[in-house]
Amino acid sequence: MRPGKRHRVLPGFPLALGYTLFYLALIVLIPLSAVFLKSATLNWEQFWSTVSAPRVVASYRVTFGTALLAAAINGVFGLIFAWVLVRYSFPGKRVVDALVDLPFALPTAVAGIALTAIYAGNGWLGQWLEPLGVKVAFTPLGILIALTFIGLPFVVRTVQPVLEDLDTELEEAAVSLGADRWQTFRHIVLPALLPALLTGFALAFARAVGEYGSVIFIAGNVPMVSEITPLLIISKLEQFDYAGATAIAVVMLVVSFVLLFLINGLQIWTNRSRER
Amino acid sequence: MSGAVVSHWVVHSHRFETNAATREPAWVKRLLIAIALAFFALFLLLPLATVFAEALRRGWVVYFAALTEPDARSAIKLTLLVAAIAVPLNLVFGVAAAWAVAKFNFRGKQLLTTLIDLPFSVSPVVAGLMYVLLFGSQGWFGAWLLQNDFKIIFAMPGLVLATVFVTVPFIARELIPLMEAQGREDEEAAVVLGASGWQIFWHVTLPNIKWGLLYGVILCNARAMGEFGAVSVVSGHIRGRTNTMPLYVEILYNEYNFAAAFAVASLLALLALLTLVVKSVVEWRGQQQLSADQEAT
Repeated sequence: MRPGKRHRVLPGFPLALGYTLFYLALIVLIPLSAVFLKSATLNWEQFWSTVSAPRVVASYRVTFGTALLAAAINGVFGLIFAWVLVRYSFPGKRVVDALVDLPFALPTAVAGIALTAIYAGNGWLGQWLEPLGVKVAFTPLGILIALTFIGLPFVVRTVQPVLEDLDTELEEAAVSLGADRWQTFRHIVLPALLPALLTGFALAFARAVGEYGSVIFIAGNVPMVSEITPLLIISKLEQFDYAGATAIAVVMLVVSFVLLFLINGLQIWTNRSRER
Repeated sequence: MSGAVVSHWVVHSHRFETNAATREPAWVKRLLIAIALAFFALFLLLPLATVFAEALRRGWVVYFAALTEPDARSAIKLTLLVAAIAVPLNLVFGVAAAWAVAKFNFRGKQLLTTLIDLPFSVSPVVAGLMYVLLFGSQGWFGAWLLQNDFKIIFAMPGLVLATVFVTVPFIARELIPLMEAQGREDEEAAVVLGASGWQIFWHVTLPNIKWGLLYGVILCNARAMGEFGAVSVVSGHIRGRTNTMPLYVEILYNEYNFAAAFAVASLLALLALLTLVVKSVVEWRGQQQLSADQEAT
């Protein structure tokens, strides 16, 4: 830690920090606390019966299950993407690199209707898949597709810079000690990439858990089968069941906070292993 | 998000491909490229192409008719208006937060950056719910708002609040790593030369961060115009009044008016593409600045 209060050379610290805290309190903290205070108006039994109702539990299974699977798919393909973008040159590479961020920039509702149009029974891919017995749209598989789309850039963009900075000397040393390419990757490269890979995985998972726009069009929203938790919050709100919506929101927020905490730890780990 | 805009564009794959120790057999290389490109085509290119193909399926006349319809025009206007309020608010916040976090050391800094990131991990639906609980008819301030005849939920202010919340981190997250990497020597030199706070910001800091700032603004704007879940909760979907473009897309789609839904969606997709082009340009400029700085020293 460098200068204490008296040694600050640059001006504007009280103003900048004060405004930052004021704004965050107004926009983020007070509204978030409203959710927790509202849920405190429920007693424990009411809260528990809301968040453990069979339909709600089924929605957790759909939401967390598909989010986990999508994050895992992104872990594998994101790593391949990052690898290909850093280590190889091929025609069209710049376009591919730029378009990896498309899921960040494309509004979720647009992604949702586009994916539905592709995988519906009469869609570009759906018309070939359905005769094979693979129904994608309006099933959990559709949710998986949407969440995979949403999560891809998180893994690529966290792994890519680490892979670029990776010192080639380690790989050279491994080769000179007689390791083959796979052994080098498995024991030298992969451990070095692991913190970033896990960070990307966690970011993709966190985003997928809360995702709404891209999912609701393709999910079909069948209760107990393909209904995601955020949608249940909305349907409770539409029935003016504010307390019920809030109870489920509290569960989602707690999960988000745990994930955020985890991601923070992972990021610190990533930065440390990069500095080494 | 991906953090600093500086590094990862100019990629020196050449040094890996010519080094025997960091090279895979040709068939492995070809296989990996093929897998990546197949995944790219399936998950990124195909959805993007679908938006434009579906939008133009019934021809340009239908396309333009869908976009010039009164409801579509009011959705476009509302979207622009909401973004025009939300983005500047987060711009001022982002600069203030980055100045505090990147140029000073203080206790609780890590906590503050986590707090700035918080909206990223809150589900947009929960974000909308928060404001309903505060300002809805049954909310904390609901009765007071009703008495004073001021609507926030199911009206424009609610849309702005929800949009501001989901886009809080964008500009700050872009600026913090950039300003941290640049250090504070330039600004400290300006202080020694007698510059005032605003002079330092306008003449020293801003020129250094302008490209990162621009990208942050563009990204924030793309998300602000495209936000769906949070605004869906607070909007009330009043046609012609509280429908932003993404909400209008949903309504058209649910009415099986696919051509019109994709026509409006195609405007949002163009915005996304523009965002990516700006990002590429910004990264290219960032690289140039970096190598110019390296040559200068």
